[in-house]
Amino acid sequence: MASNPMLAGLDALEMAVAQGRKSRGRRFADRAWSVLWPKLLAIAIVLLIWQLVHLTGWKKYAFAGPGATFASLWGQMQHLMLWQAIGTTMERALIGFALSVLFGAVVGALVSRIRPLRAAVGSMITGLQTMPSAAWFPFAIILFGNTTQAILFVIVMGSWPSVANGLITGVDYTPPLLLRAAKTMGLRRLSLYRHLILPASLPAFVAGLKQGWAFAWRSLLFGELLVQVPNVPSIGILLNSDQDQLDFAGATGIIIVILVLGILVDSAFTRADRAIRTRWGIVAAS
Amino acid sequence: MSVTTAQAHASVRLDGVSKVYGKDGAAVHALDQVSLEIAPGEFTCLIGASGCGKSTLLSLVAGLDEPTAGKVSVGGRTAFMFQEPALFPWLTAAANVELALRARGAGKVERRQRAAELLEVVHLGGFGGKRPHELSGGMRQRVALARALAQDADVLLMDEPFGALDAMTRDVLHDELDRICAERALTVLFVTHNVREAVRLGDRVVVLSSRPGRVIDEFGVAIERPRRIDSVQVAELAAKITDRLREEMTRHGQ
Repeated sequence: MASNPMLAGLDALEMAVAQGRKSRGRRFADRAWSVLWPKLLAIAIVLLIWQLVHLTGWKKYAFAGPGATFASLWGQMQHLMLWQAIGTTMERALIGFALSVLFGAVVGALVSRIRPLRAAVGSMITGLQTMPSAAWFPFAIILFGNTTQAILFVIVMGSWPSVANGLITGVDYTPPLLLRAAKTMGLRRLSLYRHLILPASLPAFVAGLKQGWAFAWRSLLFGELLVQVPNVPSIGILLNSDQDQLDFAGATGIIIVILVLGILVDSAFTRADRAIRTRWGIVAAS
Repeated sequence: MSVTTAQAHASVRLDGVSKVYGKDGAAVHALDQVSLEIAPGEFTCLIGASGCGKSTLLSLVAGLDEPTAGKVSVGGRTAFMFQEPALFPWLTAAANVELALRARGAGKVERRQRAAELLEVVHLGGFGGKRPHELSGGMRQRVALARALAQDADVLLMDEPFGALDAMTRDVLHDELDRICAERALTVLFVTHNVREAVRLGDRVVVLSSRPGRVIDEFGVAIERPRRIDSVQVAELAAKITDRLREEMTRHGQ
């Protein structure tokens, strides 16, 4: 940089501004706390309201308070059954979601590349996306019976359109200027896809994955309530048996388990999304 | 194909090139019968009011678009630099330069080495690991210049590359571009609407009319380098060219 001190000076001035912006980030503990306390407060408020409703004696014979519910949950956590059920359900979720990502990505890639195909099925994908996955259950049960395949089928049907649409949107919104730049560099066909279109569509694709996951998770739990696979404990089966035994505390405990699992997976997607945005400079790293 | 490789002398040659967008009633004549010859190593500036088809002309030379009539011949490959840096935001500065080398089929070791050299050329040796959003506008545009140089092209096409920069940064980049062009004997076709910038940089300034775009005048710039944008000679010639442009604009107002 020695040969042009004026340029070096300009750069130093510009970078100083950028550095200054960055160093305003606080210490890790402070940041963690600032993220944590609103959540803790929200949980505390929910528990408080729940307890108050319980104290009023509303539907006393059934409605359990937080105390009894968490005692029941703690009791269930001592048994292998709950963990087996979580294992089964998560396994189905992962397999089903993986299949729908595979299927959605392949369809999305084809539709975004081949014009006539886009005209033929482009709007149908959005149509399928808005279709409640519950509608597929009779279809799946007639085809596969009361089996895991039936549940997986409905998960895939519920979630692949979001994945495909995410990819298609991403490809469509590749900035035209970058396309021009890539073409002048001589990137064509496959290398154009690999080096420009795929990375450029990543944020929209991740958004599609996140939405696809939400649909997969809903379809799965619905499926487990409807399709009773014999001798395989799952979260749906636990909920069903709690319903049969009128075990309000038990059912509420399972709902909390479902909520926690959903939040954990969602936070993984949010983290991936944030990592991409930070890398691209769409949001400042804080 | 109307874009062929030019033989012998001229690096870029346009023969009666016309470009019409749209059809019939809605047709827009972006370029009309433009003939232009650029010698190897020559720095040519194209100037004109809006609608003179400057950017269309560059696209034709780059082979991004086909002329409606006439012939464009380019002696070798072209590299393009835009008003925006057009860097890939997910790649570091060095990786952006490396991608251009990769498109030419350079091996991994060569890519790394050449990218480092080219960033050194634009005085960004220490910034290869930064992503575009971590750099200033002027620095990004220098990465874009390094990327254009990486294409090892025979002709460098520049579409108002400094238009979005502040005057001070632009001044310094003019010096840098001067130096790099002299060192590498580059053939440059530089589009701008800044008359002084054209005189500051060019060996020749070509003036285009608007709607349709035609070559209406040419000015050789016989001012010795290094030049300053605020020198008297540059200002004098710029004033002359500006008068010519105003004349042309007045014609449109009537």
